Amino acid sequence: MTLAEAHPVTRVAPVLFLALAALTVASAWAIVASPNIVRMATYLLLTLTGVAGMYFMLGAELLAAVQLIVYAGGTLILIVFGVMLTASNPGLVLKPCGWEWAAGLTVAGAMAVLLVLALIHTPLIWGYEGTVPVVSSMEGYGQVASVGRALLSDYLVAFEVSGVLLLVVMIGAAYMARKRGGIKGVAQS
Amino acid sequence: MITVTLHHFVLVSFGLVAAGVACMVTKRNAIGILMGVELVLNAAALNFVAFNRFHPWDPTGPAPLDGFIFAMFIIVLAAAEAAIALAIILNLYNNLASVDVDKAREMKG
Repeated sequence: MTLAEAHPVTRVAPVLFLALAALTVASAWAIVASPNIVRMATYLLLTLTGVAGMYFMLGAELLAAVQLIVYAGGTLILIVFGVMLTASNPGLVLKPCGWEWAAGLTVAGAMAVLLVLALIHTPLIWGYEGTVPVVSSMEGYGQVASVGRALLSDYLVAFEVSGVLLLVVMIGAAYMARKRGGIKGVAQS
Repeated sequence: MITVTLHHFVLVSFGLVAAGVACMVTKRNAIGILMGVELVLNAAALNFVAFNRFHPWDPTGPAPLDGFIFAMFIIVLAAAEAAIALAIILNLYNNLASVDVDKAREMKG
């Protein structure tokens, strides 16, 4: 008996995967289709949550938690702040005109076709036949201890450099977004 | 039942990348373009984690974590880049009273 047969939880995986994948991709395309910026932010939240669900399915639990905390709970809130701070007219809807839609979707469609062809013609089978081994067989995979050990040993330089980068980004963003004395070009009522 | 394989995760990543590129190309709102960039970064991180998960590994050794760590750095960098992009958008709004990128035609501040 293989590990996949001994652990029946892998049998519900296709249904769960299909639900999460449908949620993620549908929300992503809803962002493209929606003209209202606040609705786009909501669909982005759904997409990020769907991606976090896919991380859980892949056994990357720490990464899924980090995705929910940092991405959905931090970056998305920052984007919503940006939306609210730059809302000059609540009813204003910035829609691209017809030929812009055609050009944009042609570019995206051509890229999608290229990627699908690349996927079909690339052998992705390495010898495990692409099946999912049960998570519990990978001891410490994706858990906090092993990730912490890897960050502080193999990826120490990248870890420290990203700390410095975050400091620089904070200072730079705070400096760039400082208040300079009002909005030019908007009549003060 | 079909087993969920690497191809399925990569197809989801494709859907996200195509949506992100379509968002970047068709949106006139600068924050909409930023959302497209976020979608592309998410797709790349999902790709990394999926390939890391399905990579062949020797069960007696430690599990591979390279793609996992890459995806964490992608999340960190995406958050940093979103902060800088929003600071730039705020400056754009202060100068033009609009976030429409079609109105940003001059390089001079």
